[in-house]
Amino acid sequence: MPTYRPPAIPASEITPRSVYLRRREFMGFMAGAGVMLGVGGARAEAPATVPLKTVPSPFKVDEPLTPREDVTTYNNFYEFGTDKADPSRHSGDFKPRPWTITVDGLVGKPQTFDVDKLMAELPIEERIYRMRCVEAWSMVIPWNGFPLKALLDKVEPLGSAKYVAFETVVRPEEMPGQSGYFQPMPWPYVEGLRLDEALHPLTILAVGLYGETLPNQNGAPIRLVVPWKYGFKGIKSIVRISLVETQPPNSWNSLQGSEYGFYANVNPEVDHPRWSQATERRIGESGFFGSGRRPTLMFNGYADEVASLYAGMDLRANY
Amino acid sequence: MAGERSAVVDNIAGWGIYVVGFIPAVSSFWLGATGGLGADPVRTFEQTLGLWALRFLILTLAITPLRQLAGINLLRFRRALGLLAFWYVAMHFSVYLTLDRGLIWSTIVPDIVRRPFITLGFASLVLLVPLAVTSNRLSIRRLGKNWRRLHRLVYVAVSLAAIHYFLATKVLDPTQAIHIGLVVLLLGYRLVRALLVRRPERRAA
Repeated sequence: MPTYRPPAIPASEITPRSVYLRRREFMGFMAGAGVMLGVGGARAEAPATVPLKTVPSPFKVDEPLTPREDVTTYNNFYEFGTDKADPSRHSGDFKPRPWTITVDGLVGKPQTFDVDKLMAELPIEERIYRMRCVEAWSMVIPWNGFPLKALLDKVEPLGSAKYVAFETVVRPEEMPGQSGYFQPMPWPYVEGLRLDEALHPLTILAVGLYGETLPNQNGAPIRLVVPWKYGFKGIKSIVRISLVETQPPNSWNSLQGSEYGFYANVNPEVDHPRWSQATERRIGESGFFGSGRRPTLMFNGYADEVASLYAGMDLRANY
Repeated sequence: MAGERSAVVDNIAGWGIYVVGFIPAVSSFWLGATGGLGADPVRTFEQTLGLWALRFLILTLAITPLRQLAGINLLRFRRALGLLAFWYVAMHFSVYLTLDRGLIWSTIVPDIVRRPFITLGFASLVLLVPLAVTSNRLSIRRLGKNWRRLHRLVYVAVSLAAIHYFLATKVLDPTQAIHIGLVVLLLGYRLVRALLVRRPERRAA
């Protein structure tokens, strides 16, 4: 039975297909075990995450990692409820596998991909990124994933494609935040990037964190991570990616356009109307006393890599 | 004799309200200090204090309708509830200044001055100060009629607190909706009643 391993594994050790298939058997076994637990009267645990084979990448922040416990229990994922603890508590019924993701629109080869096959085919890199929420808190997360570009290259975007639109799954029966009286926003959750942002090497589709497949509350089985933008751009549990010509809508912008822009680049100088974005609190770093407020960095510290994307642009107007 | 005994009972009950009333703050502080408040303990503690401040304000506002509509007279506990509300607001603000904003005045002051969300919360606290200060028997006697007028500020303070709470999150959640709904209901009740009973009162005077 596979056991958890630290993620730094050389490229030469990428899982062979035969072993990979056994991993799926293991997942099936775990799912069965979960069902049995449920029958036994105990509340079914969230489906277990399974270890991933990853390759190191040069993209890593040299700052202490936010504990896995915090990364997986402090989440904004309104499909499971608006409280930060809701996603970890109420995502146990969500079934992230099997999963397909459709990539269509202005592309030469529109396709529907099986996420597990994608994961077997593309090298899963470890990317240690800062994550800055628009609510002025931050984390450092070891994501596992592949560049979005690797997926987009497969469908051959047409010259007319200027933007990329993303869409989250809608499953009210598995996502309690999508049913009932209090639904904070219209579903599906949608997001968008400019094509050049989507093709940037820092932009990844994450399929895991801390060397294991994504927990449901973090956007299983596949989510977007754009480290120089506020966290809400990181759309979770993606079912569709469409290449389009005009700027697609993004949920928070549609809901409250004066507070949440399309670009949502981390910028300490452009405040949210209700709070300053100049500083942030690093989750898990300082605990209760001696509040670990730290200055927020331009483009979340990725200015060297991405500032050129916005050369000549008024970042105050395009927040 | 009976009156004296009930005064003693009320006194004990009054102190009991303080003791019980501080339990949420103490337990939340304890959990925070021992790592039991989750990933962002400071924010959770800060929000717990703010929410309980609003809850005690709501309770003080419920005393009068309860008497008028249900004949239940809990007036003798209103001072304790009001003071608890004030202390929770004060603790909420202190945690904002210290644990949350780390006493970095260069960022705190602009936020209080410029950001309606923070400004409204702060204004609510400021309005509660004179009410807390004049919550003793001596002030009631000295201020006479003006004491009631002064203490109508609580309607403004609770309105500001409710708006502050409304602005605190990205979207309205059920807990917020319930609390803000209660504030609207209790203030609305007074407005309706004021409109309905104004004339007879004048005649009586």
